[in-house]
Amino acid sequence: MDFFLQLLFTGIGIGAVYALVALGFVLIFRATSVVNFAQGEFSMVAAYLMVVFAVDLGWPYWVAFLISIAGMALLGAVFNLTVYYPLRNRSFLPVLISTIGASIFLSNSVLALYGPQPQVLPGWLETPGFQLGPVYLDSQYLIIIGVTLVLVGFQYWLFERTLLGKKLQATSQDKEMATLLGIPVAEMIMITFVYSAVLGGIAGILVAPVLFVSIQMGSTIALKAFAATIIGGFGDIAGAILGGFAIGVIETFGAAYISVPFKDAFAFLVLILFLIVRPQGIFGERVAEKA
Amino acid sequence: MSRSAIGQLVYALLAASLVALTATVKTDGYVANILMQAATYAIAVFGLSIVLGLCGQINLAQAAFFALGAYAVALGTVDHQLPFWLCLVGGMTLALAAGAALGLSTLRLGGHYLAMVTISFQQILTVVLINATGFTHGPDGVSSIPRPTGFTSVQAFLALVVAILASSGYLVWRLADTRLGRAMRAVRDNELAASANGIDIFRTKLIAFALAALLAGLGGGLFAGGFSYISPDQFAFADSIVLLTMALLGGASSPVGAAIGTGLLILIPEWLRFLKSVPGLYLAVYGLAVILIVIFMPDGIWGYLGKLFQARERERPKPAEQLTLHPVDSGAPMALEVRGLRKNFGGLKAVDGVDLQVRRGGVHALIGPNGSGKTTTLNVVTGLYRASDGAIFVDGVDVTALPAHKRTVAGLARTFQNIRLFRSMTALENVVVGAERDGNALIKGGRSALWRRAQAALDFVGLGHRVDERIPSFTYGHQRLIEIARALAANPTVLLLDEPAAGLNLSEKKALHDLLGRIAAQGLTILLIDHDMTLVAGAARHVTVLNFGRRIADGETADVLRQPDVAAAYLGVSE
Repeated sequence: MDFFLQLLFTGIGIGAVYALVALGFVLIFRATSVVNFAQGEFSMVAAYLMVVFAVDLGWPYWVAFLISIAGMALLGAVFNLTVYYPLRNRSFLPVLISTIGASIFLSNSVLALYGPQPQVLPGWLETPGFQLGPVYLDSQYLIIIGVTLVLVGFQYWLFERTLLGKKLQATSQDKEMATLLGIPVAEMIMITFVYSAVLGGIAGILVAPVLFVSIQMGSTIALKAFAATIIGGFGDIAGAILGGFAIGVIETFGAAYISVPFKDAFAFLVLILFLIVRPQGIFGERVAEKA
Repeated sequence: MSRSAIGQLVYALLAASLVALTATVKTDGYVANILMQAATYAIAVFGLSIVLGLCGQINLAQAAFFALGAYAVALGTVDHQLPFWLCLVGGMTLALAAGAALGLSTLRLGGHYLAMVTISFQQILTVVLINATGFTHGPDGVSSIPRPTGFTSVQAFLALVVAILASSGYLVWRLADTRLGRAMRAVRDNELAASANGIDIFRTKLIAFALAALLAGLGGGLFAGGFSYISPDQFAFADSIVLLTMALLGGASSPVGAAIGTGLLILIPEWLRFLKSVPGLYLAVYGLAVILIVIFMPDGIWGYLGKLFQARERERPKPAEQLTLHPVDSGAPMALEVRGLRKNFGGLKAVDGVDLQVRRGGVHALIGPNGSGKTTTLNVVTGLYRASDGAIFVDGVDVTALPAHKRTVAGLARTFQNIRLFRSMTALENVVVGAERDGNALIKGGRSALWRRAQAALDFVGLGHRVDERIPSFTYGHQRLIEIARALAANPTVLLLDEPAAGLNLSEKKALHDLLGRIAAQGLTILLIDHDMTLVAGAARHVTVLNFGRRIADGETADVLRQPDVAAAYLGVSE
């Protein structure tokens, strides 16, 4: 039972990271009907920025964090202008392929600049963690869970309580109608990309001390986050968050009780099972085309 | 001699000389290796020409299917001493089965699911190849893979691979102009219109996907024989991306493009070897190239060249013949009957217990104000929406449970309110897709009869002189006529027209009115939805009026239009 609780804690912690990245997926998907296959690279790039500023240059952790996040906002903007915007009037396939190209470009550029050696980023706090009854609470996992909850709350407030949130929602639901109502759609999409890049960046910086900082971390996280969005029901925000936690818990238990080398395969097996049994996910994707 | 026959002859000569060349000219090991890689990869890229180019479905696991073929040959010949050919066929079957299984689970869903599931498959396979050491030899790979008897030298085997490459290229090239190839292109261009023309979308996608996997398995099996050594890192996700880039760069919709793309992307990296001195730089350039190609060369190099030499002549069917319509008549009194039809969207009752009897022959109009449920009724009748309740009979046969494409087979044909044509095809090809409907009893005598009928249908609507032009070059009114021709070519039992007069100018409306008369004169039953009362009153013998999803009037046109509640529904007059 103790082991079980310990695994549950770890699973929820890693799941929180998937949830954050999944959230970025969903936001861009709702705004542009495009799945951004470079979403995971946002996490990877942010983790490397942290290594540069906090480790190599030795700046204070929070300064490095703020600069890295600013860098991610910039990257999100550039990404929108180069990868999405020129293709905005084409079908989904060219855009999807373009984001795959961007993902390969980003990860390999970092590889070319920084080399293949995995890097280590220390955790935010000095204290490694503490014992609570039978469970050891790692401080970095606590930070991950805490920040995720705060961001989910912020997201809810932004979308449900602010005018900007309403405009973003309108853009994601019907771009033409939003344009007619005077909502600057191009700017709303820009904000979405910037915000998603920042979310992905925060996820990457949070998870970096738990994993190694490597070129592959982006695609690994992104694929699992994507699996999370499908399990939750594509395009559904609450679903993506729940799906993220589910994937984290499933793979932690799978690795502990079944097989460590096949750890990365569990998320995909669950995904394919879901597609066969319940493709609309837990909450269901609304798909309809007008004749 | 027709152009297509000349083309085939030229292809055969080129292919034969290429095979002869590789079989006789001595090359050093380096060149032979490059050629071997290019030829085996190109076969896999042909697969992408089918699934991505013709059918418009993404596949990000082509390297995984390639791996299935390669490992079947490697493990079969080395560990189990099975004959090479048996292993090759086994590998192709395995790839085909894996492709079909993935497709079955995903192709009913949107494209992003397919992207995700193929990536997942790719990742799982890589994990298995590396970790199932006992079975796959793990990360060390498999070495000393034998070649088949008669082709044991590198050069002989290379000639064999080139011969197989040429034959599979031929098949993929000819596929585009077969019924299956047209169905794939129709699905790519417009899924709804494809199903309304009797094409089983899911089955078509599934075949495209499985064929692509099969070709990858073939390429992979030959790759294993060619290099005698394979390891898991040769078939990673990055290699799937390389294969995809090859297809995109050359032009996904043609095997020539696929071959060009493959050749370039194998040769260019050899010239740019210095890029490989910095790890990552090479693939970074690759990623950038993918974005640039997608933005600036959407149809690839071959597509770009093709635009320069457009307007290829097609064999013009001669002599032109009259379009004949022979609607099937089983003797049931009603050509189309709808009983108690309901359609709810959540709490909204879009169609609320509608009855409709469309008598055989002549024009029956379905009218009503905006939002009264006309188009929804049509969509439920043609199977785009499932009925919440009620029953639909075409020529006395209950079609309520059938999917959309089966209803087309049963005798329905329709046009769309917002035109849905296959935009990358010519007018004639669009109409051929319609004529190919299963259940069209008039198509006997194969291919030429099909093209003659399509030509006749376009003649009938007055566009017979422009059959080889692609859809975007036609005006809005002409596109409507092509849609009608496509429906007529299918020789339906009932023709459903959804607002055919919308957006037409006065003379076009007059021509449409005349066209409806000529169709009805041949005994075809028409169900017409339109707001143009002149057209409805002039063309329709019977009218059914809907309001708020219910039938409020039904009968002879003149009587119905005189009823006060009909006028009230339309004009908001109180009596």
